[in-house]
Amino acid sequence: MCLQVEQVRLLDRFSNKSTNGTLYLTATHLIFVESSSNNLTSTSHSLVGNISKLSLTTTGCPLVIQCRNFRVVHFVVQRERDCHDIYSSLLRLLRPVSYEELYAFSYNPKQNDQQREEGWQLIDLGAEFERMGVPCDQWQLTDVNRDYKVCETYPRDLYVPITASKPIIVGSSKFRSKGRFPVLTYFYQEKKAAVCRCSQPLSGFSARCLEDESMLQAISKANHNSRFVYVMDTRPKLNALANRAAGKGYENEDNYSNIRFQFVGIENIHVMRTSLQKLLEVIGTRSLSMGDYLEGLESSGWLRHIKAIVDAAIFLAKAVTVEGASVLVHCSDGWDRTAQVCSLGALLMDPYYRTIKGFMVLIEKDWISFGHKFADRCDQLDGDPKEVSPIFTQFLECVWQLSEQFPQAFEFSEWFLLQIHEHVHSCQYGNFLGNNQRQREELQLRERTHSLWAYLLSEKQNYLNPFYSPAYCEAHPVLEPSTLPYHFKFWRNMYHQFDRSMHPRQSILKTILTLRENSHKRFCTLIELLCLLTLVLLFFQRLHQLGVTPLTTSDPPAHPPTRDQRTNSNSLPPRPDSLILGAPVNHKDVQGQDDEDEQDEVGEEAVESTDMERTVEGSSGTESRKQSYGELEGTYNNELAKEEPAVVSLEFGVARMTC
Amino acid sequence: MEFAELIKTPRVDGVVLHRPFLPTVEGTLCLTGHHLILSSRQDNTEELWLLHSNIDSIEKRFVGSLGSIIVKCKDLRVIQLDIPGMEECLNIASSIEALSTLDSVSLMYPFFYRPMFEVIEDGWNSFLPEDAFKDLESMTDEWRLSEVNKDFSVCPSYPPLVAVPKDIDDETLRKVATFRHGGRFPVLSYYHKKNGMVMMRAGQPLTGTNGRRCKEDEKLINATLRPGKRGYIIDTRTINVAQQAKARGGGIESEANYPQWRRIHKAIERSNVLQESLIKLVEACNDQSHNMDRWLSKLEASNWQTHVKEILTTACLAAQCIDREGASVLVHGTEGTDTTLQVTSLAQIILDPSCRTIRGFQGLVEREWLQAGHPFQQRCAQSAYSNSKPRQEAPVFLLFLDCVWQILRQFPCSFEFSESYLVLLFEHAYASQFVCRLFLRQLHKTVSLWSWVNRHQEIERLTNPLFEANSLVIWPSVAPQSLLLWEGVFLRWNRSSKCLDEAYEEMVHIIEYNKELQNKVNSLRRQLAQLETEDPLLQTP
Repeated sequence: MCLQVEQVRLLDRFSNKSTNGTLYLTATHLIFVESSSNNLTSTSHSLVGNISKLSLTTTGCPLVIQCRNFRVVHFVVQRERDCHDIYSSLLRLLRPVSYEELYAFSYNPKQNDQQREEGWQLIDLGAEFERMGVPCDQWQLTDVNRDYKVCETYPRDLYVPITASKPIIVGSSKFRSKGRFPVLTYFYQEKKAAVCRCSQPLSGFSARCLEDESMLQAISKANHNSRFVYVMDTRPKLNALANRAAGKGYENEDNYSNIRFQFVGIENIHVMRTSLQKLLEVIGTRSLSMGDYLEGLESSGWLRHIKAIVDAAIFLAKAVTVEGASVLVHCSDGWDRTAQVCSLGALLMDPYYRTIKGFMVLIEKDWISFGHKFADRCDQLDGDPKEVSPIFTQFLECVWQLSEQFPQAFEFSEWFLLQIHEHVHSCQYGNFLGNNQRQREELQLRERTHSLWAYLLSEKQNYLNPFYSPAYCEAHPVLEPSTLPYHFKFWRNMYHQFDRSMHPRQSILKTILTLRENSHKRFCTLIELLCLLTLVLLFFQRLHQLGVTPLTTSDPPAHPPTRDQRTNSNSLPPRPDSLILGAPVNHKDVQGQDDEDEQDEVGEEAVESTDMERTVEGSSGTESRKQSYGELEGTYNNELAKEEPAVVSLEFGVARMTC
Repeated sequence: MEFAELIKTPRVDGVVLHRPFLPTVEGTLCLTGHHLILSSRQDNTEELWLLHSNIDSIEKRFVGSLGSIIVKCKDLRVIQLDIPGMEECLNIASSIEALSTLDSVSLMYPFFYRPMFEVIEDGWNSFLPEDAFKDLESMTDEWRLSEVNKDFSVCPSYPPLVAVPKDIDDETLRKVATFRHGGRFPVLSYYHKKNGMVMMRAGQPLTGTNGRRCKEDEKLINATLRPGKRGYIIDTRTINVAQQAKARGGGIESEANYPQWRRIHKAIERSNVLQESLIKLVEACNDQSHNMDRWLSKLEASNWQTHVKEILTTACLAAQCIDREGASVLVHGTEGTDTTLQVTSLAQIILDPSCRTIRGFQGLVEREWLQAGHPFQQRCAQSAYSNSKPRQEAPVFLLFLDCVWQILRQFPCSFEFSESYLVLLFEHAYASQFVCRLFLRQLHKTVSLWSWVNRHQEIERLTNPLFEANSLVIWPSVAPQSLLLWEGVFLRWNRSSKCLDEAYEEMVHIIEYNKELQNKVNSLRRQLAQLETEDPLLQTP
């Protein structure tokens, strides 16, 4: 099925600019092709959040499409009939009833089965726990959930204290919401302190459970550094109290020996959903005044919520790294706030999670495997709108806020975060489909879809942060961010990613990445030239065996220092023997001579030449900025297009054409 | 008056200095006529040299016999000095208070300052109107340099030489001056090479309530229009404010008398409102409570970002009239010494690539702020911490710098200078050993800030490593989402900048490494080429 409508106008959200083109509706995408430039804008149906038909105007029938990547597209279709066709077809395609209709099941990136299989094997959580030092003398792998019998929203492989026997586990799970009993999620080897997660206890007003109490006791005993375990209830106290009436609630300190109980007050999914809606409403206003913007930012509460999450993560990280205490984190069901706090806390403590691969592992562990309900929260299928909430978006934003404070601590740039956000919603890859591991196995995602991680790793060079310094991370393994309010900023590149008129016209990040790539190319040229020079000189000598003094090169080339010499040397052109040059051209020799402090400057990007200049949809730097500064709005010709400097950031965050 | 009279206790030992994000220093405190100095007398620790004129206000606190003085500076830094001994503390405090509020201009530090550096280039002669006019002459012959204000009698706030339309004689200028606020008759501010359009600035017309008119004024500004073309008058006040000004003798150009001009009103706030805005903003930035809502509401209530947006929007509008509409523009507010200059100078940053170089920017500040008569001494007498009631103070120049910073953020590769340059100008506008803010006739006694800036070491520090000349007009976004709080000034002392500085250094390093490689590649290429020419046999492959 493919619907084609000619003569459609695409309006810019914040100016009077518009482009004409043709709109295509395919089974998986909505595509707009500009007639003047053949530029392509495409959106997969899963990304479409909301469509509305506005009332007919003299120029045509307006259709507004709000996407989950915060793109808002405003079309004007000439004939109302066409508009209605698009509208009703889109409505049908929007939220499929079964997973099989999602794009991931039809998406084919021309890979064979083996490649796909390899893609899925990139992230291995067993290996991740080994990296942390688990199993060890205090923590073991349990097979109690092998068949998802104890807790169907947990993964099969769970790590518990050595002293937690099966009856204790089973007993504890019966006393916890959805059976989500306390299990290990991060182990801080240096202090042998553990971060555990679970759901709220079914304590009601007075109920207690001896197995659950022994479970916490076991966690406490597994850590000799501290006599107590922190229990972090990430909810506001009021919410937790209210839950008691429903037979749920929180741990009574009298019943549990050696716990320190703490509320941290992160709001629930409904508050977060409304907050984001308010925020989007405010920033979507045309000709927004500064006062309304700041007031809207405040009244939406969005940054307050972000700060609350970061605050909680800092509390967690401090308890573990400074006090050496183990911490048990829960909220209500232990799959939203708990996931946010555990993953962000681990990111603060462990530099590995701030690398590209490590960040994938972190998401795989704390979000995917522990059953964050991606399908419900991201509205993948036609479900309950009350279950939708931007919990994962908040996590990504927290990471971005941290990266603003620590520009050298992260291997990835914000493009990486934006790309992950895009694909959590695009349903193009299998990783985020469904609500838990069990469901994913039933859907046979590994056999039928592709993994996002493989794709992102193959594009790694696009997501590198040029300022990343492993030396910095070694010196500062634990991040200690400030959470004074002014450190939290509005993330324009997320919420206005597609509103190009708002972006800086030149991007430092992009400029530096290009420079780095140039450096690499130049280095290769340098080596080639040296080879050539050697050959020429040899030739020279042979021709004139008359004792002509060969010229010597002035300097040995400075070498881009690399962390991994082996990978790097593969990509270098063959080197000549340094017969004449008198200077070491050998890679390792040069490296040896090199300045020590340049060591961590260039990442693995040297492996293959990058493909930075590709133009993705809409990334053309010549897109003009026609905007209103006042009364003159719209009175001039838009001939500015040629004049703008051709640098625009964020091209990798843009929806990718794949059909 | 001698400084010695004001300094009762010139020296105290055992003083402890507390600064945010820096280790405390214990040492000896000395007061001199112009400086407060704290030295630990150890080679490797930093000393504190603070100009008294940089001090905005002080507070005293006592715990037993230990006194503390909290010094709040005009550059927004707050430091604390713990001084043993009640009497010493009181003496020091009263001396600082007296020394930091000296009224007489000639007692100020610039008149005592003797440069410790070699003055390679005398900044006072670097940006003379004559030189600027030479450039103009090479582009057009429609303008002349008038000496009508040679002895400052026609307009006390104008320089002796101003550019005016060629056909307008000095007699006409004298008449126009009586019709414009402060005698500020319309003069040339900027000539847009691309299409020959101009930007002029002036004071408000003195029409008063009975609608006085001045034929010479009409003639003057009409002389800048091409036949059949219309121009724009950008009034930086709202229509209401402008109408109200009539009662005090001011007013607006009426459509009947200026049929070839279209008047546009914008709303840029003035003096007291701006000063209050700055005070509120700084107060918000110094609030250490962890409350997000409070921060955002205080930021909003300060209105600072609103002012930034308004000024930038008006400047963009002026630039748009000139570059896109192909029309000439006259800008004025009331006096024509504050909001007017913000608009004309920012419009030039947008339109003219040469204003985005270090030297060009100096020229711009010199022309559009110093020579154009912005009353620096009144506007920058006190900053955000002052306890005294503001009189003429207003952060007009700081707002201009903030707007430049916003454009710099959006076009990080198009400026030759970096943020540090703007911060430096901010500091020196409020307290300086150089004269840049004092618009006085005895200037030759002092050293120009430009002489200092234009030395090699300084230039390097202030240069933007990302700069690549961009000859285009740069249109910034003025959406609230695109404008940021200028952290480099307002949060400078409230956060640790270590991580950011290190990242910046890393960036510089990457850029330099790239350049170095390029140089090496080039030199090898040259060597090869040389070899080829030396041996003709090699040229055949």
